[in-house]
Amino acid sequence: MKILVCISNVPDTTTKITFTNDNTEFNTSGVQYIVNPYDEIALSRAIELTEGGKGTVTVINVGEAANDPTIRKALAIGADDAVRVNAAPRDAYFVAKQIAEYARDKDFNLILTGRESIDYNGNQVAAMVGEFLDIPSVSIIKKLDIDGNNATIEREIEGGKEILTVSGKFVASCAEGVAEPKIPNMRGIMSARTKPLNVVDAVDAEAVTKVTKYETPAPRGTVKLIPADQTESLIDLLHSEAKVI
Amino acid sequence: MSVLVYVEQAEGKFKKSVFEAVSYAKAIADQQSTSLTAISIGDVADSELTELGKYGASKVLNVSADQLKTFVNQAYASVIAAAAEKEGADIVVLSNSFSGKGLAPRIAVKLKAGLADGAVELPSTDGKFSVKKTAFSGKAFAITELTSANKVIALNPNAFGVKENATDAVIETFSADVKQSDLGTVIKEIVRATDKVSLPDAELVVSAGRGLKGPENWGMIEELAGLLGAATACSKPVSDADWRPHSEHVGQTGIAISPNLYIAIGISGAIQHLAGVSSSKVIVVINKDPEAPFFKVADYGIVGDAFEVVPKLIEALKAHKG
Repeated sequence: MKILVCISNVPDTTTKITFTNDNTEFNTSGVQYIVNPYDEIALSRAIELTEGGKGTVTVINVGEAANDPTIRKALAIGADDAVRVNAAPRDAYFVAKQIAEYARDKDFNLILTGRESIDYNGNQVAAMVGEFLDIPSVSIIKKLDIDGNNATIEREIEGGKEILTVSGKFVASCAEGVAEPKIPNMRGIMSARTKPLNVVDAVDAEAVTKVTKYETPAPRGTVKLIPADQTESLIDLLHSEAKVI
Repeated sequence: MSVLVYVEQAEGKFKKSVFEAVSYAKAIADQQSTSLTAISIGDVADSELTELGKYGASKVLNVSADQLKTFVNQAYASVIAAAAEKEGADIVVLSNSFSGKGLAPRIAVKLKAGLADGAVELPSTDGKFSVKKTAFSGKAFAITELTSANKVIALNPNAFGVKENATDAVIETFSADVKQSDLGTVIKEIVRATDKVSLPDAELVVSAGRGLKGPENWGMIEELAGLLGAATACSKPVSDADWRPHSEHVGQTGIAISPNLYIAIGISGAIQHLAGVSSSKVIVVINKDPEAPFFKVADYGIVGDAFEVVPKLIEALKAHKG
């Protein structure tokens, strides 16, 4: 089984998000980058599914050379090889097109992504890749089991879950529950340095969206503290002042 | 030129988030001086479809093909895109629900459309068509210009509200060819926790963290949520320890929510947690540590032991409800 896992290079979850250039650019100064946490879940499941010589895992990233340390982290976690499509990721449509065109003639049985990237919070790339390749896609999955050519998937829905099956090639975006994120061990870190990281040229593709400005949430007023022995007055405040109950 | 809104049904009924998406799509149609058409897929009674007129849909396309009774991502996307083309709709609106998140990108590729998912406001249309959407897991918003001729927008629950706009809705049957290759996924089972309020579109949420000390203490959280008609949620350490299911984890790596009221009990308020809840309209924090960072973003706070405060709240709420 050959699995392709798409990874994003995103700011560490503890990053304080600020912007520069009149709030038109994300301020990258001092920011540590990591493999998008949901993509790590996808990667970890891919490794579990191929362990013991049952297949190979390739990670793919669309980005510039600055992303290589993040890609090496994915190799340290346990991917067999990596591909970087050498282009600045302009938007999800552009990125999905790059991944789809790379995968089109490569015979991957399964393509996995994380449920969303923690920077732009799109959950777009997985389903877009599915559409470009005209194969099924399942978004925000909680469980993935493969038996030969058939997969059984659990997908989250509002107030419950859906259990579905799919045969043949497909794309899925993974959420918590699919796998425990694997932590690289020393052997993984050492071998990551010598695993193949192939850089390929981007195909012609357009972007259909453009972020023109960022805003940060309006600061909240100061907290109104209620003494612990007057707890009941909170209910009155929520009812008559905040008007939410 | 018109606006098309996809109205997701669950067991033949529309939820509040659907009426909200219709209200939002109607406001966009008004901006564009055009009309709003809705498309429903699956078994929905005419009386339920007519309800959509209340929020501004003047036409409802009803698709009830046998193969489309239950959700098939690929086929539903094909039908919605085909309807958009037939209706000459250049803007497609969906609710940013779990199913909406799977559909919107496929529709966007079919229509070669820019997609704004997680929209929180009406588009601004001064020359450019831009949509404000959540980014960096609630730590920021990105004003995203959709530069393509066609546009797809997925609206976050509770971002716009339900607005009545009475119109007489005409119901039309819409038949679309369903390709066999679009039916690759097959639903085997749907499990619904019917007694609980669904977290992503809940208006009120009661959430608890490590301060509760163990899963055996969630009874009072469930009781408080039950009295309020609220959904229950938790922090990451709680779901990591399997005290509560992953589906309840809100925060940067869980789900982001924006309810009208978020009550956080025994949660310190790490930056990753705040990211997922900071767009809640009103935040109440109950924590015994007065230095807990959560108090900095709270509207109301009680410094006290959850095991004393929560039972008192339950009593006060019972008294309030009379």
